[in-house]
Amino acid sequence: MPDRKRALWAVAEQTRGKLASVTPEVLGQARRLAAEAGGCEVAAILLGKDVGALANDLLACGADKVFLVEDPALELYQNDTYGTVLHRLIRREQPEVVLFGATAVGEELAPTVAARLGTGLGAHCTNLALAPDGLLTMGVLGFGGRLHTEMFCPDRRPQMASVKPGMFPPLPREEGNGEILREEASALLSGADIRIRTVRIVKEEPEGMPLEDADVIVAGGWGIGGKENWRLLTELARELSGATGCTRPALDEGWTDGEHTMIGTSGKTVRPKVYLGFGISGSPHHTVGIKDAGVIISINSDPRAPVFECSDYCVEADFRKILPLLLSEIRRAKVPA
Amino acid sequence: MGELNLVVLVKPVPDPSCYDRIEIDPATGALLRQGMPAVLNPADKHALEEALVLKERFGGRVAMVSMAPDSASETLMEGLAMGADEACILSDRAFAGSDSLATSRVLAAGIRKIGPFDLVLAGNESADGGTAHVPSQVGELLGVAHLANVIRMEVGPGGSVTARTRIENGYIEVRGSLPMVVGVRREINTPRYTSLMGVMAAQGKPIRVWRSEDLGVNAAEAGMEGSGMRPGKLSRPDYRRKGEILKGSHEETVRRIVAILRAEGVLG
Ligand SMILES: Cc1cc2nc3c(=O)[nH]c(=O)nc-3n(C[C@H](O)[C@H](O)[C@H](O)COP(=O)(O)OP(=O)(O)OC[C@H]3O[C@@H](n4cnc5c(N)ncnc54)[C@H](O)[C@@H]3O)c2cc1C
Ligand SMILES: Nc1ncnc2c1ncn2[C@@H]1O[C@H](COP(=O)(O)O)[C@@H](O)[C@H]1O
Repeated sequence: MPDRKRALWAVAEQTRGKLASVTPEVLGQARRLAAEAGGCEVAAILLGKDVGALANDLLACGADKVFLVEDPALELYQNDTYGTVLHRLIRREQPEVVLFGATAVGEELAPTVAARLGTGLGAHCTNLALAPDGLLTMGVLGFGGRLHTEMFCPDRRPQMASVKPGMFPPLPREEGNGEILREEASALLSGADIRIRTVRIVKEEPEGMPLEDADVIVAGGWGIGGKENWRLLTELARELSGATGCTRPALDEGWTDGEHTMIGTSGKTVRPKVYLGFGISGSPHHTVGIKDAGVIISINSDPRAPVFECSDYCVEADFRKILPLLLSEIRRAKVPA
Repeated sequence: MGELNLVVLVKPVPDPSCYDRIEIDPATGALLRQGMPAVLNPADKHALEEALVLKERFGGRVAMVSMAPDSASETLMEGLAMGADEACILSDRAFAGSDSLATSRVLAAGIRKIGPFDLVLAGNESADGGTAHVPSQVGELLGVAHLANVIRMEVGPGGSVTARTRIENGYIEVRGSLPMVVGVRREINTPRYTSLMGVMAAQGKPIRVWRSEDLGVNAAEAGMEGSGMRPGKLSRPDYRRKGEILKGSHEETVRRIVAILRAEGVLG
């Protein structure tokens, strides 16, 4: 295809007419890669039922073009239907690169499509680069964040990658004037082998500020010891207009509101201005999720706790001594003099 | 419905509690795994537990399948002690360097060789390289329904399946039927401990080792040649920070923290 622009695709994700927060991040990356390599076009792929209104959002987030596939059969995500449509579109259009958000859905859909295409797929990439010759470098983390590996897919196309949510900032929105291409869904779906039916998708938007949006995160670990003490952490977070985060043991103990508060390799990647960690040992599984935080302050009673190595400020003390004092000092500091 | 033929995909991985000891050989640029004992991938124990519960309910057999070096038999003993009936190790030099799709081809060949199956269970992701691709890709290659991120699953007497899969801030409820491949998350159950009885019983259980010719996998399908993905440079990200210790009384420490918060502009 000598005189065609190379296409970089971003697969959009929506539930009930709302774009996933990772989708603008993925589009921002595609846009950046297009600029890096030159001569590329960025397209977003949007599947669903009555989701046309989102196509303009995708143009505003950096797409030159949106492939819109609407059909009642695509109302609820399911890997056979979505996988079939994507596989057929990709085979027809032959993009150079296809990017997914590494959400739960993306984590299932991307390998499904890659298997059908027989191509390579980089998982949960934390950085991407595109060379002028079109070769994509996919940076992935393994071993709980302790090992970074560059991956390439030199001989097969498209090059596919999923992008870890929260890693890349989205571009500022700009009213786009790209094109929206409506695809004939029934043709793309015809003869699809649909073996699983999605009955419903249940989403409960959690209360309080999402970790991703918080300027301050107050995080607690196993060292907090119980639900009573956990309340103090939430109080501190509230006092600082921030959010409460946790490690896996604290989640498992049921001290926190749920899965959405966990930080780390199997949880969220966050970038607050300030992160305060109480009773957290500093396992790589957790600390990789806060590597981009502005300032990290750790409170731990064990002077040898590994968390101190990756902190800006270390408080070697029992959090039960520090936390109440900190709460009252902050309340006092906030009263105008 | 009759008895179930259950397959569990298990991968021996270096113990996740050792990952801060990861080293890279400065001479070769390769990963040094010495001193990191191999364990069953944590998520795979949940897959095995789910299989054992199904076996208890419907009867049948549980076979573990692992693409791993011959030495994996030691690690697989734990799964046999938990209650799996047999283990199949797919081991061949030609498999080295396999990406997730090539790995899935080898695993699919191993599953086919065992015979007809009703349900293949895998962990949702492996702790070391953790792509979370294998369950979906094995499902695609076997040509059956597949689900990732499964947190709840019920098999009905006629082979119907209802399941929940975890998504961000919620779940998806699905219906389907066997045969199926599922990748399970740890929320699904609590794996049993091995008992002394189990450990003793494990000694007599078969561990088969199959090479590429036993599986009918040719070189172009597995290993480096069969893989789209090629690894490049390895590095160890450095997350170290200045680590200033805040000294003094608790009151002084707290005042320092407040001063830092103010300097960062987050004090309201
Ligand atoms: C595959 C896999 C994925 C994982 N993913 C994640 C993940 O995404 N996120 C995550 O967080 N974990 C994850 N984990 C778990 C991770 O490996 C660690 O076990 C976990 O992060 C440790 O949590 P912790 O620091 O709260 O607990 P611990 O390691 O038990 O540390 C508790 C700390 O509290 C301190 N302490 C005790 N009492 C006090 C006190 N009174 N005052 C002050 N300090 C005190 C102790 O000195 C200790 O350092 C994962 C594990 C695996 C195997
Ligand atoms: N080499 C392997 N042998 C057996 N099972 C594997 C292997 N690699 C991956 N799996 C299975 O697939 C799951 C997901 O692995 P991964 O896609 O590597 O994150 C694991 O939890 C295992 O159940």
